[in-house]
Amino acid sequence: MDIDLILRVYPFFIEAAVVTLQLSVLTCLLGLACGTLGASMRLSRLAPLRWIAAGYVSVFRGTPALIQIFLLYFGGPQIGIQLDAFAAGTIALGVNIGAYMTETIRGAIVSVDRGQTEASRTLGMSKGQTMRKVILPQAARMMIRPLGVNINALIKGTALVAPISVIELTYTAQRFIGSTYKPFEMFLIAGILYMIIIYAAGQGIKWLDRRAQIV
Amino acid sequence: MSDTPFVDIRHAAKSFGALEVLKDINLTVERGQIVAIIGPSGSGKSTLLRAINELDPLTSGEVWLEGVQINKKLPHRQYEKHVNQVRQDIGMVFQHFNLFPHLSVRDNITLAPKMLKGMSTADANKLAEEQLANVGLSDKIDVFPSRLSGGQKQRVAIARALAMKPKVMLFDEATSALDPELVEEVNLVMKKLAEQHMTMIIVTHEMDFAASVCDRVLFMDQGVVVEEGPPSVIFQNPKEERTKNFLRKHLSR
Amino acid sequence: MGLDFTVIPEYFDVLLLGMAWTVAITIGAGLLSFFGGIVFGVIALYGHWTIRLPFRLFAWLFMGTPLLLQLFLIYFGLIQIGIDLPAFVAGVIGLGLHFAVYNSELIQASILAVDKGQYEGARTLGLSSGQTLRRIVIPQAVQAVVPPMGNNMIALLKDSALVSVIGVAELTLASQQAISRTYRPFEFYIAAAACYYVINLCLEAVLRRLERRIAAQR
Repeated sequence: MDIDLILRVYPFFIEAAVVTLQLSVLTCLLGLACGTLGASMRLSRLAPLRWIAAGYVSVFRGTPALIQIFLLYFGGPQIGIQLDAFAAGTIALGVNIGAYMTETIRGAIVSVDRGQTEASRTLGMSKGQTMRKVILPQAARMMIRPLGVNINALIKGTALVAPISVIELTYTAQRFIGSTYKPFEMFLIAGILYMIIIYAAGQGIKWLDRRAQIV
Repeated sequence: MSDTPFVDIRHAAKSFGALEVLKDINLTVERGQIVAIIGPSGSGKSTLLRAINELDPLTSGEVWLEGVQINKKLPHRQYEKHVNQVRQDIGMVFQHFNLFPHLSVRDNITLAPKMLKGMSTADANKLAEEQLANVGLSDKIDVFPSRLSGGQKQRVAIARALAMKPKVMLFDEATSALDPELVEEVNLVMKKLAEQHMTMIIVTHEMDFAASVCDRVLFMDQGVVVEEGPPSVIFQNPKEERTKNFLRKHLSR
Repeated sequence: MGLDFTVIPEYFDVLLLGMAWTVAITIGAGLLSFFGGIVFGVIALYGHWTIRLPFRLFAWLFMGTPLLLQLFLIYFGLIQIGIDLPAFVAGVIGLGLHFAVYNSELIQASILAVDKGQYEGARTLGLSSGQTLRRIVIPQAVQAVVPPMGNNMIALLKDSALVSVIGVAELTLASQQAISRTYRPFEFYIAAAACYYVINLCLEAVLRRLERRIAAQR
């Protein structure tokens, strides 16, 4: 292993890791927004809203994220959407992971026992009150771990913006592999940085999960 | 031949840490004999049965079948080979059947004969048909275990064990997991086996069955054989206080 | 520049060929991930520690890093050590190994969940521990794991788009070729997405049938 080389290139990787981190955070926030909206539409009383949300989930989960990124970045200008690579990548990835999060959030809400709804309604609470005061607090706890799985996947998924030349970890690794012919070393540096980010996110999820169980 | 017993258990003892589950048990079974082992749960009766085919090896003591020591001390590899060989001669039927759910009834029965005895598929199929006819389930040959009732599962399990032409059959509470109305069909199969002079060792909770089928009854409690004898003596005229107490609870049901 | 989907029929054969390659790579990598998953799972549970430990490290690396990064490593790493594999083969190996690691996690859990009575039933008949594993435990573990492995298979299909970056001429690269000639990225990426969606529907239908067939047995 070429330690000298690693020491020379790692500052570039640190910079790239910051970009990966930014991508992860923004994608996650956008994904959560899309997921919450998608889940409430899927559980809506209005059939057209349900259909739209079901279509969103089916299409975005049924096609590769890479194609969605390419479509927005390269195809966007044709329909008047001009975005830089970072913005296009973030939006495409966020909407993509939002489709997965829609199912996660919906699943958690649906899994709250029917008896809870019946009990609240017999007490005279409205549908909205039941949802806000009884169902959602319980579902929120249940969705933390599966959302953690989604977040783990989305962090690794941020590598998909490398092909549109966002200078994040995988892109940087690819460039340095090309110029140094040291694929293993580059893989190792990038891999360790990915795992640090994933580990930190995992700890955050665990912390949230513990707190949610106490409350 | 006559001075070496068919099944011979000598000074069998087993402990888990400080807990002694079997304490110096001696038991011989003659060819064609049918022995019932009764006793409260935790008495060690299942452990003794499972020691016979090395599922739960003894801590000390010896188990012999027809002049061959089953629990020989051997280097690991040889021991494995030896045990796999002798187990082919010892059929066992479990409380929870342990049929293989991914195999049809036919394949459950033919798997071991084909794999271990090199039997041809045609011969093994014929064997499966015979054995199933013997337990009255010829029509279930191509069914998967999940489609069978508990009683039918247990009868298939018996057919599977018999297909290996064992020298002795061990029954570990074969009817305990069954609904009451399904117990009789399994008992009938076991009675039929008795009439065919199969050597059997039966751990059971069913005193009536033990009394009507078995030649000898052992009463075990806390890891020792408290009393043994013919069923007429054990059930009608037990000597030991512990036996009387146990039977009072179980016969009054 | 407005949208014009009428250019697509002209490139029908290009897209179709790309689809064929996508299906081929999905099947190839799918098979590798299935059998590799079983082998890895068994190694992780029963292997000697000299094999188990390196394997755990390998699994940990593969589960903690992006597939795209792994593809670069395998493709360029193999070239570096003098093995110049065709891109298709490198893609199958990269995708297959990646999902084999995920499948092995499923298989391990599934093997551990097989009832103790199954071992006893088999050992009592005289089967050796190896025979019991091969004929009794693994088949049951595999059956139980078909639905979640199916999900991995669907993920694999979509991730097969990534091998376009190492030059495998599958659907994504095929549409890029069409785009480079027509300058119509929107239309062709929509077309590619539609193709993936159709393959995905077919794969889901196949997996559902498989699940039903297994469920019918149990």
